[in-house]
Parts: sequence; C-alpha cells; structure tokens
Amino acid sequence: MKKATLLLFFAGLSFGLHAQKIFSTKTGQIKFNASSPLEQVVGINNQVDSKMIDKTGQVVFSALIKSFKFENQLMEDHFNENYLESSKFPKAEFKGFITNIGTVNFAKDGKYPANFSGTLTIHNVSQKVSAAGEITIANGAPTVNGAFKVKLAGYGITGSYIGGKIANEAEVTVNCKYQ
Amino acid sequence: METYQHKTSAKLFWCIALISIVYLFPHNAFAQTPDLFKMQDEQDKKDAKEKTDITTSIFKSTRLINGQTIENTGRGILDLRISHRFGFVNTGSYNFFGLDQATMRLGLDYGITDRLEVGIGRSTFNKEFDGFFKYRILRQSTGKVNMPISISLAATGVWRSLKDTVTTFPINYSDHFSFSGQLILARKFNDYFSLQLVPTMVHYNIVPTKAVKNDLYSMGIGFRQRLSKRVNLTGEYYYQVTQLGGYTNSASVGFDIETGGHVFQLFFTNSTGINESSFITQTQGLWGNGGIRFGFNISRVFSVVKPKNLAKTTY
Repeated sequence: MKKATLLLFFAGLSFGLHAQKIFSTKTGQIKFNASSPLEQVVGINNQVDSKMIDKTGQVVFSALIKSFKFENQLMEDHFNENYLESSKFPKAEFKGFITNIGTVNFAKDGKYPANFSGTLTIHNVSQKVSAAGEITIANGAPTVNGAFKVKLAGYGITGSYIGGKIANEAEVTVNCKYQ
Repeated sequence: METYQHKTSAKLFWCIALISIVYLFPHNAFAQTPDLFKMQDEQDKKDAKEKTDITTSIFKSTRLINGQTIENTGRGILDLRISHRFGFVNTGSYNFFGLDQATMRLGLDYGITDRLEVGIGRSTFNKEFDGFFKYRILRQSTGKVNMPISISLAATGVWRSLKDTVTTFPINYSDHFSFSGQLILARKFNDYFSLQLVPTMVHYNIVPTKAVKNDLYSMGIGFRQRLSKRVNLTGEYYYQVTQLGGYTNSASVGFDIETGGHVFQLFFTNSTGINESSFITQTQGLWGNGGIRFGFNISRVFSVVKPKNLAKTTY
C-alpha cells in the first residue's frame, strides 16, 4: 500500500511539473502603421513585453505608448499627447489566446498558422478582436507574428487629421521572438 | 472479522484521501495553468513603480515667443525656423498698422543628442548673427525617479555686424559681441498648464556709458496654457533687474498652433530683436501706447538622422 501511494504521489507531482512552458520576451516588436497616401505615419516599439503558454495558447502583448518611436519627433509628440494621450493611458495591451495552438508542434521546426482571439486595449478602450498570424519554431524557440486591424475611432482616438493625413484604420503588426 | 473489516474500510478511506490529495491538491498548487492575464496585471503594477516616465511636451516648441523654452529638438532633427515681426501697431493706418514693415530672424537648429541642441541664426535687427547651445541638465519625471522640474542651460553668443557709428573712441572688433547665459527651470503641472522661470545674464563687451554694468541680470517667466488639442495660449515676460538704460521689459502673448509637421506661433510682442541679448535688454516698444508688433514663428522639422531603434528594426 505504501509503495502504491508513493507511486501515485510522484505520478501526480511529475504531471504538475511538465504540464506547460511559459515563453516570454521583453524585446518584442510592434509596428504601428497609420500611413495615408499623403503622409507616412509609422511608429515602432522595440520594447514589447510578451508572454505565451504553449499548452493553452494563452498570450499577452503589452507595450508602453511612449516607447513607440517615430522618424519625425513632432509626430511622436502628437501621437503621445493628442491621439493616444499616453500620460493618461500609458499602455496598450492584448490579452487573448492562440485558438489553434493544438496544431503547433513546438518540438518540430517550421511555420504554423496562428489565429489570435482576445481583448485589445488601446487608449483605455477594450475591444474583442481576432487576427491571423503565424508561429515560427526555430531551434525550439517560437516567434509569433500577427497583424491586427485597428479602427482608430473605435478606440476613442480622434483628431481632424484622421481620415486625411492619418488613415482611419491602423495596421498593428506584432513580432515577438521568445527565449 | 468485524474489526478486520473496519480496519480495511479505514485503510480504504485513507487511500482514497491520499489519492485525492495527490491528484487534486497538486493540480491547484503546482499543475494549475498559470494565468498570464493576472501575471501581466501584476507586472504592470510593478513596472509602474520601477519605470521612470519622463515628462514630455512641457512646451510645444523650442521657443516660447522670443526666448528659449525647456524643449530641445530631438537627436538628428534639423529645425528650420523663420521668426517674423511686423512693424509697430501704433504707427497707424499709413503703415497699415505695422504690416508694411518687417524684421526677421532666419535660424537653423539641430539636435546633436537628446540633451544637446545647437543653433545658428541671422537677424535683421542690427544685422546680427547668433549661435547658441542648449543642454538639458535635469528632466521632469514620475515613477521610480520622481523629479518635479526640468532644468536646462542655454548660452548664446551674438555678433552685431551693423556698421559702427562714428565715435570719439576706437571700437574694437570684440566690441561687436554680446553673450547671454540662461538657466531654464520648467514644470508641466498637468496636460494643460506649464510654467518656466528663466534667470538670465546678458554680457555686453561694450556698453553705452560708464554707469552701465557690462553684466545685466534679468528674470524671465513664461507659460503655456492648452486651449484645445492643437491650440495653446502662451505668454512670456522678462523683467530686467539691471538695465542698459532707456529700454523696457519684453512682454509677449500669443498662440501656438500645431499643424502636422509645423508649429505655427502667432503673437503680439513689444520687442524688435529676436536673439536673447536684443530682446531681453533692447526692447523699445510700450504695450501701454500700442508699441507692439504682430509676429509669427514658423518651425519646420526635418529628420536628418533616423533614430537608432528605427534603423535596426527587422521590418
């Protein structure tokens, strides 16, 4: 009886230890592109904080608005002060799941399609979103790519230039290479 | 027999208890799927305390109206500035209330680093050339480092190239120079209101009379009040503690209007000169009798050097 319980105990313990792995990075990239034919409006953030769990597909991207860098500093100032109001709402976040994570074989190098579904919070407004992307496994380390369409007005981001020099819909592309 | 049976059921009970402990308890303690959403929320709270958030856009431009603000042009950014003042309003309808005349300064500013800005300019007034540098010493911030104010140092040199009037004494080449040193102390109180204090010393290599000191001290004060997303009310006043003699204090009020790649400044000022020595210590107009000028500054920025973290991106 003693042996049996001991065996059961270790079986349970080992099950607990090998259940899943959390992948994370603090140097992920997000590109914000709201360019119009009139003006190039591109900001890049190279300090994106992201985590992902391989078993459940739960994934989080978190970015400081102030870490978006623009080629034109005045544009960066306007992005922060007039549009995203970063002093009031410093972060943008995506919290969701890669719904088809079961099809990804983390042990085998290759490219796998990934479908994102979750909540995107920008400018303190949360919206349910879904997006298509890709998981690339190279030497056991996954890289996640995804592209989200963001309707600026839907997040309470307003301004007279939106729809003119600034596109109505921004493309937010994510690229996170996990360690 | 009965007692034995009792023993078995007791053993069975403990066995079931153990199994349930082993299989259910660890599922909560070790094997439970960690919730990234919660982890992220906790990390956000920690980050907010550990990160230093530098306060940006204390003022909208590197100049308030005539004088410097706490702001610098960013690293690798070239800023072409055209500062234009019309004539005095009180010259009447004959001069179309000053619009017939003009005095201006053409300038180029460049951000060498995020903290150091240099610039050159040429003014109509006294045919002056000027050069300056401005260095950020402290930056207002919140978070881990809580700094209530920003401090910058600005130094300007002015060379007057206007031909000398005939004097009874010889004039040296060095007499055409004047210099100013300024400490700029600024605070953004909220998204709507910023204030700066600018203790200033202006040094003239030559002054009109022996009674006037070569070093002149003054104190500047300026503010920005946001009216809408793109329009700000600005004001600037320099009080002269010691004077050249015969001049008034510079006082200006105006609007900063932002349009895409420009900051457009429209204002009224009683000063004619646009560099530090001339507007702080050689202002002639009097607000009281309409001795003011309508003026505007246009700033257009160009990115000369791409920011590093943009260049290394993989996109």
